[in-house]
Amino acid sequence: MGELKLMKGNEAIAEAAIRAGVDAYFGYPITPQSEVIEYLTYEKPEERTGMVVLQAESELAAINMVYGAASTGKKVLTSSSSPGISLYQEGISYIAGAELPCVIANVVRGGPGLGTIQPSQADYFQSVKGGGHGDYRLLTLAPSSVQEMADFVELGFEIAFKYRNPVMILTDGMIGQMMEKVELKDPVPRWTDEQIQEISGSWATVGKPANRERNIVTSLYLDSAIMEQHNHHLQAKYRQMEAEEVRYETFDTEDAEYLMVAYGSSARIAQKSLTLARAKGIKVGLLRPITLYPFPAKPLLDLVPQLKGILSVEMSAGQMIEDVRLSVECKVPVVHFGRFGGIIHSPEEVLEALEQKIIGG
Amino acid sequence: MDIKDIIKEENLVYSKTKLMTDNVLSYCPGCGHGTAHRIVMEIIDEMGLQSNTIGIAPVGCSVLAYDFMNIDMIQAAHGRAPAVATGVKRTWPDKTVFTYQGDGDLAAIGTAETIHACNRGENITIIFINNGIYGMTGGQMAPTTLEGMKTSTSPHGRDLKKMGNPLKITELIAQLPGTYYVSRQAVHTPAAVRKAKKAIRKAFEIQQENKGLTFVEVVSNCNSGWKLPPVKSNQWMVENMFPFYQLGDIKVDGELVK
Repeated sequence: MGELKLMKGNEAIAEAAIRAGVDAYFGYPITPQSEVIEYLTYEKPEERTGMVVLQAESELAAINMVYGAASTGKKVLTSSSSPGISLYQEGISYIAGAELPCVIANVVRGGPGLGTIQPSQADYFQSVKGGGHGDYRLLTLAPSSVQEMADFVELGFEIAFKYRNPVMILTDGMIGQMMEKVELKDPVPRWTDEQIQEISGSWATVGKPANRERNIVTSLYLDSAIMEQHNHHLQAKYRQMEAEEVRYETFDTEDAEYLMVAYGSSARIAQKSLTLARAKGIKVGLLRPITLYPFPAKPLLDLVPQLKGILSVEMSAGQMIEDVRLSVECKVPVVHFGRFGGIIHSPEEVLEALEQKIIGG
Repeated sequence: MDIKDIIKEENLVYSKTKLMTDNVLSYCPGCGHGTAHRIVMEIIDEMGLQSNTIGIAPVGCSVLAYDFMNIDMIQAAHGRAPAVATGVKRTWPDKTVFTYQGDGDLAAIGTAETIHACNRGENITIIFINNGIYGMTGGQMAPTTLEGMKTSTSPHGRDLKKMGNPLKITELIAQLPGTYYVSRQAVHTPAAVRKAKKAIRKAFEIQQENKGLTFVEVVSNCNSGWKLPPVKSNQWMVENMFPFYQLGDIKVDGELVK
């Protein structure tokens, strides 16, 4: 058993990164996630593991520092929040196009524009659907506890390197700021130069020895036929992710006639709504997507024969609901509920929506 | 005497740089980029740094620099090369890292990345090609375009009141404590090439000593963008660019040249 600590979600990401042997963190302060870089600079990871931490002059610089270090096969982490992630999008598109592994945490706040510093889930589109230009996908993990904030750093790097693809940890100001018990894993050392050579030597730009061709990191293919081929290659990779990386969790679905679908903090709230509903004799279950891309479409479709209706719960005006509807192929009614703009819905509000919009609807 | 008697190793006075690939350069005939590429690669070769060097290509005419330089290279988003180089150098402090950027990339869209990489004193080398115009996109006004100079977006000449002043970014970054060696050179004559090579070599040598950021501007022509034949474009450069962008060292050993 690892070390038990009481931590904020943002701090858990930072500490987990040091322990996971992450090589570098580049970031720019923005509420509600500044504790990530504050924790890292205070902890002096350069002394603990040799991890580099640097505060960039902007989000544009930060994501391009990530691009540079990731080009050399290093494990690179960054974090930001919604307006900052909007600025990251150019770099994320380049990272996806050049097929570089990295982990990006988005501690979402309310928008649009400068919005609010309160929690929100209105970045589903910009995180799960791409956000930057071109046909690309981010493996998107949605933690719903401080424990998962820590665990998904390691998992994120595992799948980022498996696919040479950026991974987004899509969380929000509630999980980032709340404190919970977290079990921290024992530290693992950072990769040695030899391990980097072994793992990423075929593509990483670490200097060209005489015995191999030069490695080039680029997303530029001026010949459209080659660009199309590159896109086919990326799409094949995304299909493999859809086949192998779907993660989700279900609660009380065995006899459920109704279903709530919710991720992250909304899933935590929906768990309480579920308890309240069951106490009233309502046969409702909960499906919590852990990966938002790839979305757990098949598990959801498999539940459809027993369902009379689905409530898609998210702190937005309705973004994930599009994936829920696509998953169930219009075979069962799907209705959205959620507060937004920085307001967190209560379990009672969710229950009320379930009763009025689904059961009575 | 037969030509075969002349082609002998002992008569060899010049050969193609090993670290340039055999790919055909995508630059216009008469452009300075090819020469600038060559001397950078000669230096990397002469210093025995090929296996230790990572180059960063910009967006602009030299976006395909990685097709010509036979080293590991990363293609950066427009203006972000100094940030990309920072990411590489911070995680591999023993590697030699350089960016190769044009004036639109470095002095317009990438101004923040340029200034802050210089100000942090990143131990990288920046090679800055200044031809006063956006070449790749077809000759638009650049931050470095001279007063009165005609481009496709200043067709009546650059009007300082409307379009602002040409930016001497090199003098600007020389003021920052993080820069250790700053120089402005050219590659239009053999003598200029020798001087430029000396300056760029010095920049790479200083990088090996981790003394701070080294920055070499190369004032170059853009005969296509300037709509002049190559020789005339070089004359125009000497008569118009050099008086404004004066050649020579600007900062040496961390001290501004008086």
